[in-house]
Amino acid sequence: MEHLPSEQSAAVRRIVAQHKERPGPLVEVLHAIQASFGYVPEGAVPVVAEELNLSRAEVHGVVTFYHYFRHTRPGAHTVSLCQAESCQSMGAEKLAEHARRRLGIDFHQTTADGRFSLEPIYCLGNCACSPAALIDGELHGRLTPEGFDELVAAKAKPAT
Amino acid sequence: MTTTVYVPGDAGALSVGAGEVAAAISAEAKRRGVALDLVRNGSRGAYWLEPFVEVQTARERVAYGPVRAKDVPSLFAADFLKGGTHPLSLGLTDSIPWLRSQQRLTFERVGVIDPRSVADYVKHGGYRGLERALQLSGADIVQAVTASGLRGRGGAAFPTGIKWKTVLDQSAPQKYVTCNADEGDSGTFADRMLMEGDPLSLIEGMTIAGIAVGATQGYIYLRAEYPHAHAALKAAIAAAYQARYLGADVAGSGRRFDLEVRLGAGAYICGEETSMLESLEGKRGEVRVRPPLPAIKGLFGRPTIVNNVVTLTSVPWILAHGAEAYANYGMGKSRGTLPIQLAGNIRRGGLVERAFGLTLRELLYDIGGGTATGRPIRAVQIGGPLGAYVPPAHFDTALDYEALAAVGAMLGHGGLVVFDDTVDMARMARYAMEFCAIESCGKCTPCRIGSTRGVEVIDRILAGVDGERNVQLLEELCETMVQGSLCGLGGMAPFPVQSALKHFREDFRARV
Ligand SMILES: Cc1cc2nc3c(=O)[nH]c(=O)nc-3n(C[C@H](O)[C@H](O)[C@H](O)COP(=O)(O)O)c2cc1C
Ligand code: SF4
Ligand code: FES
Repeated sequence: MEHLPSEQSAAVRRIVAQHKERPGPLVEVLHAIQASFGYVPEGAVPVVAEELNLSRAEVHGVVTFYHYFRHTRPGAHTVSLCQAESCQSMGAEKLAEHARRRLGIDFHQTTADGRFSLEPIYCLGNCACSPAALIDGELHGRLTPEGFDELVAAKAKPAT
Repeated sequence: MTTTVYVPGDAGALSVGAGEVAAAISAEAKRRGVALDLVRNGSRGAYWLEPFVEVQTARERVAYGPVRAKDVPSLFAADFLKGGTHPLSLGLTDSIPWLRSQQRLTFERVGVIDPRSVADYVKHGGYRGLERALQLSGADIVQAVTASGLRGRGGAAFPTGIKWKTVLDQSAPQKYVTCNADEGDSGTFADRMLMEGDPLSLIEGMTIAGIAVGATQGYIYLRAEYPHAHAALKAAIAAAYQARYLGADVAGSGRRFDLEVRLGAGAYICGEETSMLESLEGKRGEVRVRPPLPAIKGLFGRPTIVNNVVTLTSVPWILAHGAEAYANYGMGKSRGTLPIQLAGNIRRGGLVERAFGLTLRELLYDIGGGTATGRPIRAVQIGGPLGAYVPPAHFDTALDYEALAAVGAMLGHGGLVVFDDTVDMARMARYAMEFCAIESCGKCTPCRIGSTRGVEVIDRILAGVDGERNVQLLEELCETMVQGSLCGLGGMAPFPVQSALKHFREDFRARV
């Protein structure tokens, strides 16, 4: 099991302390950890378990139940492509194929340079503007392969 | 006087460029030295016209759309701030036929008001329902909801008043009102639009529920995929506390109601109410065995109301206008209006709120304008990923819980996903099984194992291995899942598969 460096454990403890008094805090705590680290490091599990008086298995069980919680560090940009029915009716599969080729990775992978992670997502509530994608928390609709390339190119540009 | 310009801040509108349009309008106004008041409203729901820009003229609101950022200079040149004509002119908002044909009760303020402003909300009829509720006993509020005929809009269509009565009748030191805002069904976005465009109406609905049954704490369980709705809800809750519509002394009544938002984490099953309660408690979202009902033993073991966003948001209207006024809409046992979501391959997609009873054909063709691709409609999936695929032969069916059930379909949360004739129904059936396998909570075998087997069997059919025998196997497997699953995920995931087999059997053949 990966151990967290002490300053990261301290950060996790601080996060837990902020949520501890609320009823049923575990999912909230994991959200806060992911918001701060970009993912839920394996080494955070025993720290959270200890602080919340739960078993490691319980915490691990919750982390792995939810698709949203990542187990690995994400790329600098996360591209989530909707793969649900409405978007399929408007070519989501073709768009996904294009995205895989353009980024050179499959779903659930991160590019070697750490720039992009590609994830499937099941409905973004933008089904009247399918196909849809969420890129770094921004929603996009009526997305074409060309539009996808433009968005990726804009993200790939080094920040000035 | 400064002119008010409306550019939606709705996520769907933003997804097609409303943010850039708003920025361009501000910049152009500044450049021209024109003062204007830019309001980021919700969406009117006519998504094919988004970004949909409106200007408040002396008398009415004038609309333009779909506007792109590069159209903005020409809009100013055409004097759109005075309602001037432009190639993107849509005329008066209220006279656009697609909107005018609707009966908006639950959505009456969405796209109209500034969702962040309590003052605007009140000016447009907000908090009149609560005001009325505070004059009534809990039992009378529940009676009004029962008499309105309102049934849960989250999928199961259970009478809301009966659920509330059960919670009212419990005596417990603590009760809860929870809102199911997990909206996981593909083809649905009514909850999202309400939470972004009129979040105070959800807050008001939950407050009325709390006052009615004696619950002092509310939770909104919101899916993590909705960051814009999250921001809108947090802002609205803060504004409601500020205006003392939430907290220790709701609207000066001496009654308490507190409310907070909790985020889901990307699990479809957490839309099932008992799984949602487990998740709200911070646990794995495993489905609970019933009984006990959540109304008796719900969140943290206490009596709990669980209702969908649309259900709760319909309550203020019912209280403000009377149960009878609401029940006067609709047909049969489906009373009131339904916010229908037209999605997928459809020319004029978006939100259509109408009384129950409209036929699928009217919706798909008269309102929706047929497919976006211009090809014939081959199938419509109604009610999300667990809903049946309906063929054109059934398009004269009315939108009504019972009428749809009679043709083997279900209304669910009111989403319609349209497919043209290029759709491969065997692949859609495979997807339904695959989705169930990915999202199964794992508690029972028919769902957990059955869905994985379902994918394998369809793969074999498509690979040309023992076609006849495997189709029969698939049918048996569906039956086992329907009969033996603990909850609706495993119990209904076969519906799209069975309907595909029934109406589109020709697609279940070997591929080369
Ligand atoms: C697999 C599954 C997923 C569900 N997803 C949702 C959902 O996302 N939103 C919702 O309101 N109800 C959903 N439901 C229905 C809820 O279990 C429950 O009936 C509903 O929240 C009750 O509220 P209502 O009576 O206001 O509809 C789902 C049910 C099942 C079986
Ligand atoms: S049917 Fe599926 S989702 Fe429902 S309880 Fe069983 S395993 Fe869980
Ligand atoms: S199915 Fe893709 S946004 Fe809803």
